[in-house]
Amino acid sequence: MPTIGVNKADLYKALGKEYTKQEFEELCFDFGIELDEDTSDSKRPIVDGVEEAPQLKIEIPANRYDMLCFEGIAMNLNIFLGRESMPNFTLEPPPNGQLQTVTVSQDTERIRPYFSAAILRNIHFTKARYESFIALQDKLHQNLARQRTLVAIGTHDLDTIEGPFTYEALPPEEIQFAPLNQTKAMNGKQMMDFYEKDKHLSRYLPIIRDSPVYPIIYDKNRTVLSMPPIINSNHSKITLQTRNVFIDITATDKTKLELTNHILVSMFSRYCSEPFTIEPVQIISPHNSQTRQTPDLTPRHTSASVSYINSICGLSSSPSTLCTSLARMCYDATPSPTDPDTLSISIPVTRADVLHQADIMEDAAVAYGFNALPRHFPRTTAFTAAALPLNKLADILRLEAAMAGWVEVMPLILCSHDENYAWLNHPSPPANAKPVRLQNPKTAEYQIVRTSLIPGLLKTIRENKRHAVPMKIFEVSDVVFQDLGRERRARNERHFAACWYGKTSGFEQVHGLLDRVVGMLRGTFVAGGEGKVGAKGGLGYWIEEVEGRIFSRVMVLVVKALLMLEEIDPTYLPGHSAAIYIRQTPSSPAKRIGTFGILHPTVLKKFELPFPGSVLEMDVEVFL
Amino acid sequence: MPGTRGAVPVPLHTNGGQRDLTEEILEAVDQHEHVPTAEAFPSTPQDKIKAALDRLASRQMVEYETHDKEEVHLTEEGQAIADEGSHEYKVWDAVRKAGRLSLKDPSLVNASAKLGQGNAFKLKWIKKDGDALVSLTDSVSDTTRQQLQHAQEHRAFQDPKLLKDYSKRKLVNTQKVIAYVARKGPRWAKEMPVEVTDLTAELIADGSWKTANFKPYNFKAKGTLGGEGVGGGTGALHPLNKVREEFRKIFFNMGFEEMPTARFVDSGFWNFDALYVPQQHPARDLQDTFYVSDPPEAGPPGADESMDIVLAEMDVDDDQDESDHPSSDPATRAKETTAKLDYQAYYDNVRAVHQDGKYGSIGYRYPYTDAETRRLVLRTHTTAISAYVLHRLSADPRPCRYFSIDRVFRNETVDATHLAEFHQIEGVIADYNLTLGGLQAFLKRFFRNIGVPDLKFKPAYNPYTEPSMEVFAWHEGLNKIVEIGNSGMFRPEMLLAMGLPEDLRVYGFGLSLERPTMIKYGISNIRELLGHKVDLGFIESNPAVRLDRE
Repeated sequence: MPTIGVNKADLYKALGKEYTKQEFEELCFDFGIELDEDTSDSKRPIVDGVEEAPQLKIEIPANRYDMLCFEGIAMNLNIFLGRESMPNFTLEPPPNGQLQTVTVSQDTERIRPYFSAAILRNIHFTKARYESFIALQDKLHQNLARQRTLVAIGTHDLDTIEGPFTYEALPPEEIQFAPLNQTKAMNGKQMMDFYEKDKHLSRYLPIIRDSPVYPIIYDKNRTVLSMPPIINSNHSKITLQTRNVFIDITATDKTKLELTNHILVSMFSRYCSEPFTIEPVQIISPHNSQTRQTPDLTPRHTSASVSYINSICGLSSSPSTLCTSLARMCYDATPSPTDPDTLSISIPVTRADVLHQADIMEDAAVAYGFNALPRHFPRTTAFTAAALPLNKLADILRLEAAMAGWVEVMPLILCSHDENYAWLNHPSPPANAKPVRLQNPKTAEYQIVRTSLIPGLLKTIRENKRHAVPMKIFEVSDVVFQDLGRERRARNERHFAACWYGKTSGFEQVHGLLDRVVGMLRGTFVAGGEGKVGAKGGLGYWIEEVEGRIFSRVMVLVVKALLMLEEIDPTYLPGHSAAIYIRQTPSSPAKRIGTFGILHPTVLKKFELPFPGSVLEMDVEVFL
Repeated sequence: MPGTRGAVPVPLHTNGGQRDLTEEILEAVDQHEHVPTAEAFPSTPQDKIKAALDRLASRQMVEYETHDKEEVHLTEEGQAIADEGSHEYKVWDAVRKAGRLSLKDPSLVNASAKLGQGNAFKLKWIKKDGDALVSLTDSVSDTTRQQLQHAQEHRAFQDPKLLKDYSKRKLVNTQKVIAYVARKGPRWAKEMPVEVTDLTAELIADGSWKTANFKPYNFKAKGTLGGEGVGGGTGALHPLNKVREEFRKIFFNMGFEEMPTARFVDSGFWNFDALYVPQQHPARDLQDTFYVSDPPEAGPPGADESMDIVLAEMDVDDDQDESDHPSSDPATRAKETTAKLDYQAYYDNVRAVHQDGKYGSIGYRYPYTDAETRRLVLRTHTTAISAYVLHRLSADPRPCRYFSIDRVFRNETVDATHLAEFHQIEGVIADYNLTLGGLQAFLKRFFRNIGVPDLKFKPAYNPYTEPSMEVFAWHEGLNKIVEIGNSGMFRPEMLLAMGLPEDLRVYGFGLSLERPTMIKYGISNIRELLGHKVDLGFIESNPAVRLDRE
C-alpha cells in the first residue's frame, strides 16, 4: 500500500478543521485509509536549514490512484464529509480553436506504442503545489505504472516549445539532447552509460536499453521534449514560474495510459485560473486506430440495483437515501425515473477502481459506516465439520511421538541446496526425486523447497547446542518433489522424521520410536519380513540393512550390483542404517517408506554437531 | 535434610561416628528448658542449625523460636578507642604527661589528634597557653571509651539512642543476627526414631507399615517427573501447533470442513488470476512472490484427482441416507463432480473477466497473457486452494464452510516480524443472501472464541473481495487498536467466472497464525516462534494453550 506524506497544517486547513490525532484517525478509519504516522512530535528532516513542517503519513489503498497526492486526499475527504461536491471537469479548447497535435509514428509500435497528452493552461504553482505535482508523477510511476514499464509521464513548460509535436521511435544514436538538469547534449546510447550509475534512473534503463529504437518526443523545431520512460529534456523543464504545462504520457497499456492522464489533470486543474478546465490535445495515430482527442473526461455511466445494495448491506434504504450516500463517495447518482430498483450512476474519471456494482455497493456501505451496519448472521443451515484425513493421521503421529517423550519442532520448509543434499552426503538429487527450485530468492538460505525433513532437524539441534543432551526432536510435515505428470509439476509428501542427539548414538531409541508409532498405527513387526504381512493379514513392517559408504554416482551402481544391496545411503554410518518396508495386505507389494540410522560423522561435522546422533525419516501417506 | 525425598533411607549419623548436630541439639534441649543456639553452638553456622532444627521440628520433637536482632559491632576506629581511649583522652593524656605541649608537637598534627584537641577544649580538659597546650584537670572520665567498651561486650549500647550518634561517627555498625531458641516439642524424644522414607511393597507385605515411622514429606520442594533431561523426559508439542489446534477446534465447532492444502507449489492461475488479481498487480512482483525456476511452468488448469477424492471423502451429507447416494465410493463421487465441471470454460471466463470484462464488470482491460497463468509460484496464500475448492462447489452449489491452516510463502526480507514462511488461517463461508453485517457478526463470534471480545471493521482494498474489511481489536499492551485479520466477500468477477449462482455469496477471512500467537504470548521476534532457531526449552516449557481462558 502506498504511503503519502502530506503537510498536516495544510490538510487541516483544507478540511476546515483542526483535528486531534484521535479524531483524524477515526476519520481515516471510517473512510478506509490509515494514519500511519504524525511527525509532529518526531525529528523531521532539515532541508536548506529549515526543518520540514509536520506531516501526516497516510496509507492509501493500492487501487485509489485518485488519493496519491495531497489534492486527492483533501478532495475525497471533503466530499466524504459533505463539505464539497465532486467537481465537473471541463475540456476547454484554446481561444483560436486550434488544438495542439501530436503525431504518433508507426515505429513506436516496436517499443512503446501508446500516446496521450493534455495541457493545463494558466496554472498557478506554489512551492507546495509544485512539489505535490512532481511527487504524484513519482507515485504513479511506482504504483500504477509498475516502475514506468507500463506508463511514463513527462511534463513540460509549453512556452518553451512549439507544436505540432511528434512521437517517434529512432535508433538511439540519432537521438541527441541535453537531459534534465544537464547542460551537455548526449545521444541515446551515451545517456544509457551516463545514467548507468544513477541511483534513481538506472532501474528504468533496461525497459528500452536493448531495443533498436528508443521512444522520443519532438516539437515542430525538432526540440526534444522527452525520451520516455527515462528522462525529459532540460530545455522544456517546468519551474515554479511555469504557467502552461504540456503533459506527455507514453504507455504499453492503453487503459493505464488514459487513467494516468485523468489522475494528473483532475488533481491539478484545480490550480488553473479557470479551475477544473483542461485543454485537450489532438493525437494523430491512424496506424493503430488511436487517433483521438485526449483526455476524455466523460464520467462513466452505469446503473446499480437498489435491492442488490440493500441486500448485501443488510439495509432497506430508499433509492434517494442511497444516492445521497453515494454522493459522498464521488458518485453522481439519481434514482431511475422508470425503474424503482435502479440507480442511474455517473462515475467520475478519478474513480478508476470502480469495476462492478459491487464496488458501488461497498462505497454505499462505507458512507453508511461499516461499524453501523446491522449485524445479523442467520443460521440457515446446519454444517458438518470434517477434519482432513492427512492431518488426522499427522496428529496421531505427533501425539504418539510426544507421548513417547520426543519434542516437536517446526523448522523452515525452504532451505539451501547444500543443506538438503551435499551436507547429507547426497551428491545430487536422483532424477525421480528432483526438488522444486526457486527463481528469485533474496538469500542463499532459500534455494529449494526441502525434499527431506532431516536438514531442518539438524539445524534445530545446531541452534540448541546449549540445551542438555540427549535431545529428542521430531517433525511431521511436508516435503515437495517435482512431479511432472501433475498440473503444478510438483507434489507434497507428508513425512515423519525424528532425531536423537546425545553422548551416545541413540540408534536403538530412534528404532524404538519407529516401532512405537508404526505399532500405534496397527503395524506389526515381521522380522526378516520380506513377503510377510502382519497379524490377521494387516499391515506388516520390517527393516533391512542399508549400505552407508560414500560413493560417487557411478560407484553407487557398481557397489549396488556387487553387494546386491537394495539401497545405498551415505547419510548414515556404514552398517548402522536400515530401510523401512511395509506390506499392507498379502497381495500388495512391499514398499520402502523410509530409512533410519546413525548419522555419518561427516554429516555431523557439516551441521557443526560434536556429539553423535541418529535420525529417522519416512513417508507416512501409506498409512492414510 | 530438606530436599531429600523419595525412597532413600534416612541416615541417623551423617558424619561417620561423630555426633550429629541434631543429637547435640536434643542433648542440649534435654538439659535446659531453653536453648539459645547462638550461645550453645557458637561455632556452628546459623543455616546448619536451622536445618537441624527444621528436621526436629517437622517431627514435633522440638519447637523453636526465631529472634531477629541487630548487633552492634565496633569498627576498626571504634575498636582502637575501646582499647586505647578516645582521641580527646589521648590528647589530654599527652598534654598531662608533658606538662606543656607545643602546638607543633608531632603528636598533635594528625587528623584524629586535631579532632581530639577540639573535643578536649569543649570538655575543658585542656586550654591554650601561648603556642602550647596545658592540662586543666588531673583526672578525666573517658565516656566515649566506656560506652564503646559496653557496646563491645553486650553487642548493644546501654542507651539505644547512642547508636545513631556512634554510627554516624563511623565507630560502630550494626549487623542483623538471627538466633534461635529451642525447647521440647509435643513429641519430645531424646533420640531420633528409625524412619522409612516411602511406603514399599516390603512394608506392605510384612505389615511393618503399621508401626513404621514415616519420614515427614517436604511440601516446600517441587516434584519430579523421574525422567532424564531438563524436561524430566517428557515430550512436548510445538507452541505454534498448539495454537493451531485451538483454531482448528474452533472451526470444527462452527461446522467447518478442512481443505486439502498439502500443495505448496501452485500456478499463477490459481494463486492470482482465479482470484481476480490482475497480472500486473504488485503482489505478483519478484519482490513479493517466490517464483519457481525448475520445473519451468504449470500445465493448464484442470482437476486434481487426489484432492478431489479427499474432498469427496470428507463431504458426507448427514441428511442423506446411503441409499440416496448412488455411489458412496469417494473416487467415483469425485469423478462425478469433475464431469460436471468445464475447466477450459472456466479458464476462458477468467481471461474474459480480466481482459474485456464480464458479469457486469468492465474488467481490468489489459492484454491477458497465458504465460503469466502458467508461471509456477510458491503459494502466497492458501486462498489459492480456496479458489480450487470454490470452483468445485459450482458442480453442486450449496451452502458450505471450509477452512485451512497451513504454510504460505512470501519473498520477504527477513526481520523480527517477517519470515519468508508463515501460517495462514483461512475460513470460507458460502451461503445464500449473506450480508456484510453478517460477516461482522460471524467474526465477532469467531474471535470471541480466542478471547478477543471487541472488534472494529475498517474498509480496505483487496483485489478478490468487495467489500473488504480489515479486522481490528484492542491491544492491551500497545494501548491502541491493531489489525488482527482480513475479511470480505469474494468479488462477483471471481465467483461468477467459476459458474457459481449469483445469489450464493461467499465470505472469506484470514489471519496469520503467528501474529495472534505473538500478541498472546508477548513474543516480539517471529524467529523465536517458527524455524530452526526456536529454543527447545521454550517448546518444552510453553504452557497449554487456552485461548478462550487467557
